[in-house]
Amino acid sequence: MVEQADHREIILSVAREQVLSRIRQAIPPTAASSVKAGHAAIPREYQRAGTLGESARLTLFEDRLRDYGAGVYRCAESAIAATVALAMKARGKSELIVPPAVPQAWLPAEARFLPSNALSYADLDQTQGVLTNCVGAVAISGTILLQHTADNGRRAITLIPDYHLCIVFADQVRETLAEGLEALPKSLSVPITTISGPSATSDIEMTRVKGVHGPRVLDVILAARNP
Amino acid sequence: MSIRVGKAAQAPPFPAVAKQLVHNSQIRHNVRHATDVIRNKRARVVDEMPDWQQLRDAGHRIKEHTLHHLDRYLLQFEESCTRAGGKVHWAADADEANRIVVGILQANGEHDVIKVKTMTSDEIQLNSALEAAGITPYETDLADLIVQLGEDQPSHIVVPALHRNRMEIRELFLRKMGLETLGEKAEDLAAAARAYLREKFLRVRAAISGANFLIAETGSVCVVESEGNGRMCLSLPQTLITVAGIEKVIPTFQDLEVFLQLLPRSATGERMNPYNSIWTGVTPGDGPQEFHVILIDNGRTSVLADEESRETLDCIRCGACLNVCPVYRQTGGHAYGSIYAGPIGAIVTPQLLGMEHSQSLPYASSLCGACYEVCPVKINIPEVLIHLRNKVVQNGDAPLEERIAMKIAALAMGNSSRLGAAHKLVRIGQRLFENDGQLTGLPGMMANWTATRDLSALPPESFREWWSKRTTGRSS
Ligand code: SF4
Repeated sequence: MVEQADHREIILSVAREQVLSRIRQAIPPTAASSVKAGHAAIPREYQRAGTLGESARLTLFEDRLRDYGAGVYRCAESAIAATVALAMKARGKSELIVPPAVPQAWLPAEARFLPSNALSYADLDQTQGVLTNCVGAVAISGTILLQHTADNGRRAITLIPDYHLCIVFADQVRETLAEGLEALPKSLSVPITTISGPSATSDIEMTRVKGVHGPRVLDVILAARNP
Repeated sequence: MSIRVGKAAQAPPFPAVAKQLVHNSQIRHNVRHATDVIRNKRARVVDEMPDWQQLRDAGHRIKEHTLHHLDRYLLQFEESCTRAGGKVHWAADADEANRIVVGILQANGEHDVIKVKTMTSDEIQLNSALEAAGITPYETDLADLIVQLGEDQPSHIVVPALHRNRMEIRELFLRKMGLETLGEKAEDLAAAARAYLREKFLRVRAAISGANFLIAETGSVCVVESEGNGRMCLSLPQTLITVAGIEKVIPTFQDLEVFLQLLPRSATGERMNPYNSIWTGVTPGDGPQEFHVILIDNGRTSVLADEESRETLDCIRCGACLNVCPVYRQTGGHAYGSIYAGPIGAIVTPQLLGMEHSQSLPYASSLCGACYEVCPVKINIPEVLIHLRNKVVQNGDAPLEERIAMKIAALAMGNSSRLGAAHKLVRIGQRLFENDGQLTGLPGMMANWTATRDLSALPPESFREWWSKRTTGRSS
């Protein structure tokens, strides 16, 4: 399928012409310039920019995470390794997998850390959990943003293991969703996953119940950068 | 054309099924309980947003704008998605869409496929088409799994198994998963689903998803979910096929900031649902290396052509209008005979199928307006319902008495002195049927109304009469 995947051409078909012509019959096409102007004119009077100071913002983020049933630790950057050790101990974990760019300085000597690169899905299913960084976070909804970067890893590694320990730096936390999405690295074509608490379902009597297919346990270490 | 909305074209009319269902006290109780829970949760997380109305305005305007330029935005999506390595197909109707999906899976020699909740695939009856081609579809959303294992029909657009309570689900799982023991807590049921599906997630090489949003600017697709079954389907298999109605496109990545606030708070009463996945074409080294999107019309362009009901296509399928609807809360979703239940179902189904089908649906509403008030994209459902009722009447599809009644009502209500005269007439006429201030056993088409509910008799004096006496009695 490789050569097909590289064959990037629009697939022409009768259906395509049919659907497009029916759309144009329903609504006559307009000039391209009016499309742009029309989109720009949409009122966005909702709150795009946050108003909270740093400490209130972090408290809000922590509150929201706890509300979802996630564990939260606060520490200085220099204490990340010690806090990782603490979190792992509290969950009874002795070995986690890590994507390639997670710094050695975050990994406590008393636990084991395996590179996540070469692991198959079946391997991932056997691991005790995963440790990653994130690309951003949103306080108001307690949301962590992940992308396929060298320290977040491919999507499967934060999905198949049952435990996710995520390092979030205080300066990565934005107040509103608009700010959080805007702060993402510009390469939006790299898959984005947003995580708000451990996996859950509302399908049984509409009550949020923790733990279905994604990691059933989520811990967050909220770290203040070294000055 | 083979436009299909699940099995709605063959479904018996709403009043017939509703009459049976309101007597099923277990289902009524389950639906009441679940919708009460979700209404309260929604109210709490909506009330804490000072800018909720501004978000609704923005959501409404973005959708309106997009539909106005739908051809351009679809072409832009096609171009950006193709550039990123995705393959975009178009389907005029249900059969065409099903043929494309089956064709892709057969070309890859797949016999199994995992699915993440997609209303659109239920609409086009994709599962039947897959089974007919010897391909087994596995539903992975917990509620869909409950419906599939129970050989049941979905009854709610967000929580398809909302009519089942915990104990009923437990019995079903014990029976169908071949389990010897199973706890009674919701957590135990979730754990059973996890164990049951895990092997399939790790093994099956192809998946089918729907889309909550297609982003024209970037060619990305966004899927909103809770359990992680979505992430499993979207990121583990080698082949991914996304089926999406043409109305799912939004202009820019930035527009997501509006809908990702409106949707979770309206749908499940959460500040944010546990997981959102946003991906663009194919990413080397991460996720499916073969990715298809099928853009489906299946009746949507005829909705688009009707200016007065076009806004039906703004719907982001949050289910809030179902949860507040007094009719839905009495009957549950099955009465609507369609996978789209509740107020949105009452306007979507007849429009997609054509008005000659499901013509009782626009009447399955008391026009109380609660749906409009909660709708995150401000679809004026009562107005669309009235427009569709008019269409039914104009097409001559409504019963004769009703056509006459509608004409008289239009005459009377169009003029206040005529309305006053009509009130007086009714007050005289109703003496024949009045029973403790309630009207019972009305004749003709009115019998349909009084057979299922009590109608208060008109008071001796109308508000207008009282008001005019009151104001003329004063000197101002
Ligand atoms: S019509 Fe509005 S409230 Fe109803 S499901 Fe659609 S978006 Fe939600």
